[in-house]
Amino acid sequence: MICRDANLLIGDVVMLKIHNLTVSTGGKEILKDISLEIPRGETHILLGPNGSGKTTLLKAIMGMGSFQTSGSIMLDGEEISGLGIDERARRGVGLALQRSPAIPELTLGGLLKIMGQEYGSGAMAEKIDSLNCRYLLNRGVNVNFSGGEMKRSEMLQLLVQEPKLVLVDEPESGVDLENIVVIGEALRRLLKPSREKEKERAGLVITHTGHILDYLNADKGHVLLHGKIVCSGNPRDLFEEIGRHGFEGCANCPELQLKGGQSC
Amino acid sequence: MLAEKARRALEKKAAYGPDLQIPLVEPHGEDFAVESLDNLDKRLKEASLLSGFKTDESDRSGSFFQKDDTVLYQKVQEAYRGQVEIMSIEAALAQYPWLKEYYWRNVPVDMDKYTALVELSGNGGYFIRILPGARVEQPIQSCLLLDESGGSQRVHNIIVAEEGSHAQIITGCTITPEVKEGYHLGVSEFYVKKGAHLTFTMIHNWAENFHVRPRTGIVVEEDGTFINNYILLKPVRSIQSYPRAELRGDRARARFNTIVYGQRDSEIDLGSWIELNGRETRGESLSRALGTDRARVMMRGRLTARSNDARGHLECRGMLFSRESQMNAVPELWVDGAPQADLTHEAAVGPVSEEAVEYLMSRGLSRDDAVSAIIQGFLQTGIQGLPEVLENMLTGALAAMSREAH
Repeated sequence: MICRDANLLIGDVVMLKIHNLTVSTGGKEILKDISLEIPRGETHILLGPNGSGKTTLLKAIMGMGSFQTSGSIMLDGEEISGLGIDERARRGVGLALQRSPAIPELTLGGLLKIMGQEYGSGAMAEKIDSLNCRYLLNRGVNVNFSGGEMKRSEMLQLLVQEPKLVLVDEPESGVDLENIVVIGEALRRLLKPSREKEKERAGLVITHTGHILDYLNADKGHVLLHGKIVCSGNPRDLFEEIGRHGFEGCANCPELQLKGGQSC
Repeated sequence: MLAEKARRALEKKAAYGPDLQIPLVEPHGEDFAVESLDNLDKRLKEASLLSGFKTDESDRSGSFFQKDDTVLYQKVQEAYRGQVEIMSIEAALAQYPWLKEYYWRNVPVDMDKYTALVELSGNGGYFIRILPGARVEQPIQSCLLLDESGGSQRVHNIIVAEEGSHAQIITGCTITPEVKEGYHLGVSEFYVKKGAHLTFTMIHNWAENFHVRPRTGIVVEEDGTFINNYILLKPVRSIQSYPRAELRGDRARARFNTIVYGQRDSEIDLGSWIELNGRETRGESLSRALGTDRARVMMRGRLTARSNDARGHLECRGMLFSRESQMNAVPELWVDGAPQADLTHEAAVGPVSEEAVEYLMSRGLSRDDAVSAIIQGFLQTGIQGLPEVLENMLTGALAAMSREAH
């Protein structure tokens, strides 16, 4: 209790707390009774086959898409499930989509200008160069971007946004090895541990391949199957198991469920 | 001869747009001029600024100003004497006998009743000539302003860009706030000679009961380039215009950029027609239109290729923001005996993408800001390459408009 009281001064220990989240579209449930907690300073990995609802979960946290949702989403102790997308963004949720829409009407530079007070500053220039995005500034956002360009631009936008909850959908998909290094570095920077507890961020990252684990200090993994979290545990153990038995095997594995505990 | 042809066309309806009954009136030009634009009434200064005309003439190489029937001011800045000539069309016809070869040669006098009215009851217009080889960095500006409610301007303009010259013209057609109704008939004939480069930007600024019928013809000779920017951001009762550019010479180029904001009861019918006759000619036409309130917007475009190695592209895009507004995009490609000619078009009328709006909102933009940013960008992509001096002014206007539109 003492420990908890101390934490109240700096906000909640838990950055993201999802309770009984159900998400449906057109009468079909995509996510069923999801409960999940990500403490400050931790990064969790979301695994699952195509169509299991991973992307929907990230979008639902961000408030995007025309879904019907019930249940609770708490960010840093505040209920955000009733808030608009922009209000969630301003409270510190940041999402990098796997496939972002092309916006020919707005250049990447123009978007950064609208987003960041610091446009034109050295800090912004450093961020742009760290992701090798300078040559993309005068192009429409995501218009004819290659896989790597799109991911780098997404990471750049997150660096400018500085979210406290970082949601990333498949950072390594469609990206060559060279770009994975750049994107991995950016992710590492976004989720960098901080000495000051109140500056600690949290992350939830979808990955298929696990390559991105080389850049992340992932604390926990969750397996999503048919809209439910079926097991949680050490991310590398989970990858190993899935490699051996596939996702369905993972669903029926009582040992992993015990190991991961039912914290979610 | 011209007068006779015109008289026979006085009842001839135009091919497009609502038919107007405009009385044949005698011009009643008052004979006065101002020494300096500083002496202009504040009302006139403000109205002209809205259409891009700067009465302090800063960053301008020359100016022409006509109010109602009267040419109030014409001047070429000292630094540009011998490079540019600006005068009223009457003065030019008197001074240059050769001008007859340019007069009604590019727009037929009997095209319709409006060209006929300009010939029979014309009241002004300008002659602008950029001399051979002149490089005129700063824009030439002109303003045709109507200050008499219920009045009309029936002007005839001739613009000659001589061989190898390089210039840009900003022209505003506008009214003072007191003018609620009236007519503007304007014939403009452009001659872009060998190797010349001319950018012509026109800003229209009308009122809700105002009718406008411009008639424009352009000839571009070999290696010449003509760029036309047209901007309409204010309500109008009706406007119909379908300028035609003939790329007569080899390697001639033309580009039309159009942005239109249709609002209230505006009836807008705008197009551009590029005839690709010379070898290796290039034509491009881009339009962007918004429709709100009860506005009806027609976007036409036509490319005609008669040369085998001609290339052209036509693009019309529109967005509607009201259930009572209408938009039509009519792109036409004609290829006449030139099987290797390459013409393409893209037309799209659709809403702001919800996916894009959500994406921008996830970056912290409010819904309003996201939609405005998209609309503003949508319009701005329609006028790439606008003279720098106009860009800031226009960006401000577009930002305000993008908020208002949705």
